[in-house]
Amino acid sequence: MSLLEIKDLKITFGGLDALSGLNFHIDEGEIVSVIGPNGAGKTTFFNAISGLVAPTEGDIEFEGDSILGLDPSTVTSLGIARTFQNVRLFPNMTVLENVMVAQHCRTSQLIYGALLQTKAFKREEREIRERAEEVLAFFGHRLVGYRMDQPAFVLSYANRRRLEVARAMATQPRLLLLDEPVAGMNPIETAELTALIGRLRSEWGFTIVMIEHDMKVVRDVSDRVVVLDHGIPIAQGSYDEVSTDPNVIEAYLGRPVEANG
Amino acid sequence: MSTMIAPMPSSALDQDWSKVLRWGLICGGVLIALCLVGMPVELDRREIIERYLSLGYVSVLLIPIVLGRIAATQVVLEGFESRKQGLFDLVTGLLVGLLGGGCLSLLMVALDSWNLRDPLVNWSPKLFRFLTYENGMGFGAGAWIATCAVLSMVGAASHVVPAIVRRVSGTVVLSLLSLAVLEGAVEDLSEGFRLDWLADLIYAKKGGLTLTSTIVVGAVIGLVAVFTSGRVKAVTNRYRDLDGVERQKASMILFAVVAVLCIVLPMFLGKIMNELLANVGLFLLLALGLNIVVGLAGLLDLGYVAFFAVGGYTTAVLTSPNSPFFAPELHFGIALIFVVIFATIVGLVIGAPVIRMRGDYLAIVTLGFGEIIRLLFMSDWLGPYFGGAQGITNVPGVDLGFATVKGTDPRSVFYLVLFFCVIAIYVSWRLQASRLGRAWMAIREDEQVAEAMGINTVSAKLMAFVVGAVLAAFSGAVLVAKVGSVFPTSFMILISIIILVVVIVGGMGNIAGVMVGSFVLIGVLGGPKQPGLLQEFQNFKLLIYGMLLVFMMLKRPEGLVPSARRSRELHQDEFLQDAWLKGDKPGADDEDADTVDVGARGGEEE
Repeated sequence: MSLLEIKDLKITFGGLDALSGLNFHIDEGEIVSVIGPNGAGKTTFFNAISGLVAPTEGDIEFEGDSILGLDPSTVTSLGIARTFQNVRLFPNMTVLENVMVAQHCRTSQLIYGALLQTKAFKREEREIRERAEEVLAFFGHRLVGYRMDQPAFVLSYANRRRLEVARAMATQPRLLLLDEPVAGMNPIETAELTALIGRLRSEWGFTIVMIEHDMKVVRDVSDRVVVLDHGIPIAQGSYDEVSTDPNVIEAYLGRPVEANG
Repeated sequence: MSTMIAPMPSSALDQDWSKVLRWGLICGGVLIALCLVGMPVELDRREIIERYLSLGYVSVLLIPIVLGRIAATQVVLEGFESRKQGLFDLVTGLLVGLLGGGCLSLLMVALDSWNLRDPLVNWSPKLFRFLTYENGMGFGAGAWIATCAVLSMVGAASHVVPAIVRRVSGTVVLSLLSLAVLEGAVEDLSEGFRLDWLADLIYAKKGGLTLTSTIVVGAVIGLVAVFTSGRVKAVTNRYRDLDGVERQKASMILFAVVAVLCIVLPMFLGKIMNELLANVGLFLLLALGLNIVVGLAGLLDLGYVAFFAVGGYTTAVLTSPNSPFFAPELHFGIALIFVVIFATIVGLVIGAPVIRMRGDYLAIVTLGFGEIIRLLFMSDWLGPYFGGAQGITNVPGVDLGFATVKGTDPRSVFYLVLFFCVIAIYVSWRLQASRLGRAWMAIREDEQVAEAMGINTVSAKLMAFVVGAVLAAFSGAVLVAKVGSVFPTSFMILISIIILVVVIVGGMGNIAGVMVGSFVLIGVLGGPKQPGLLQEFQNFKLLIYGMLLVFMMLKRPEGLVPSARRSRELHQDEFLQDAWLKGDKPGADDEDADTVDVGARGGEEE
């Protein structure tokens, strides 16, 4: 059984088909890249999975159960976490708090525990903190030390992207959706994050779906590539297969000149 | 870094005329508005220095000083070095004052020639007599123009004289003014400490300082100010520079001092002052609750008074023998359990439908619900249960076994309120640093992302609503036990708004800020019906509230005592610059530019 199954997914905004008839599946432990030109429906696809947008037709099954119509928070607690293309951290919370708050759906203490400072509350607080520090330590020295107590808006662009990934990791997902994780990073930072994406699977056991424009990253990490154009999947397969597919080349570069004449 | 010196004006008369004209007219406008509002005439009865100066004149005379100071403020552009201020600025002040005084003279001429009393209630011969000092038009106009010019120049001079002179003279004037204005409080306090002879010495029989005491006290304060100059600032700076554990320790000590003061001070205070403190406490309790809802969770609730009413009515119905329908005459303590239950229920009932709205919509809908609750209590429909407009009277005080807390003994009420405030502070403090508190903050920052990160925003927001509701209901319960009765008119919409102003002016999201805010607004200015220390300003309270709010929004939006988080949020640029200057520089950490350049931030803010 595949981890995520997309069946005939169709999303319409007014008269515009953002996605029409998307069918595909993601197996446990895969790294799948979704690529396509601007406006191809990649982020809409992510929004549909994470429950921010309701599909017009079709079904999304996670571990065999439909997740259609669930709140985004419920989807997250089932084990699907995401990052945002236009980095959306909680800018005035500290780096550590950003990661701590993401463990909300894995923890349970409410008012009572906090007011009476029960043993269970203190233990849970400690665990949340330790786990947050563990997640932050995954990025080397970037987000730890004095930086943990800095507000998120002070971070550099690359560090914000890292913190977004860290925050998604902290929700303890099985499926991680990364929306352009290396956008705006320089080549060195990109290479570093590419390596980290591989380790996210090998060390943390996440299944990863990634939207990315940087073909080098796509080539280096993905098992499978799905190409979308105008909401329609036009090719699927390994990077080598997809990158030589004439449909894909046409979608990116346009029709060859002689074919027009 | 090379800095340029701002261009030096060639002569003292080479003024920026449009600026002078603007501030002069503003000065005149403010003076005229103040007179027509009626403040100076009404405050004229209140002496500051016996026979020489009344509060009415002070309120007018302060205007040119403040505006002269503002007008002579240098605009320093980044990269420019400020020029040395001198004669040029004094002339600016002088001109502004002349214009302001001129406007006031025009008002006098107008007062003399026309009668506009119909729309303007304060357009009266009384005002004319006040302005002319009963010495005729020519004297009045001349005196005001000269006085305004001099005072405005004094204001401008505050930029020119050395810092120490400015600080000492400012301290002396402000302390004398407070000493005179707070006469009632000081007399009350000195009586409690058996120092009435001192108060008698300072104050004249009819009120106000005597001329000798003004000079003596002024000199003493001046000397103290000279010797302590710079030390206060050093201490606050040191406190600010403390970090982590040490700062926490310092805060704890500060908190302990305040706590001890709160317990000991009321024993030495008279009835009036204790009454005032009890009122401050009631509003502080409300403000602490609203601070959780607005400051932490970011839900702008303008119908907060509804929960105040629920607490009050629950207590009244359950404890009063006069409750029209159901009068179990329970003890206050037992009634309190029901107060919590009903506040929770009402919190959920009001919260559930409105919680899905965001921002302004939430504010408007809660505003409506706040009124609905009040109108329900007033309605004929529920009249048989809650007494309608007649309310419920004869609510007994709180019987504690060893003492009874009731309105006639404000000291006991204060201690009861203090008890609830301590609970509220503890609740706010603990919740802030908990799983729920973090979830609230995340919702405030970005609700959609919070939801996507696994936070059930509906239940988290409802919980904020309910915690706030319970704290407000406690306040309502104490209010009713204190006053001994409850009427729908006690729960006007104005209360919701005043509590919000308290939270905003004090410092949203910060417990200490809310405490300072409620003391300044409710204690000094007074609540909607409760007199404050400045009883004379009773009629102008809302005007002052409004001015204060506008001023704070422009100059210090983070509040009097801001939370670190919020002041960072509102001064991001400066904060980033500071972080950069502190040596957290790009390059210190290989290729990664760790403190962001301002440009990169633009993309992220939506």
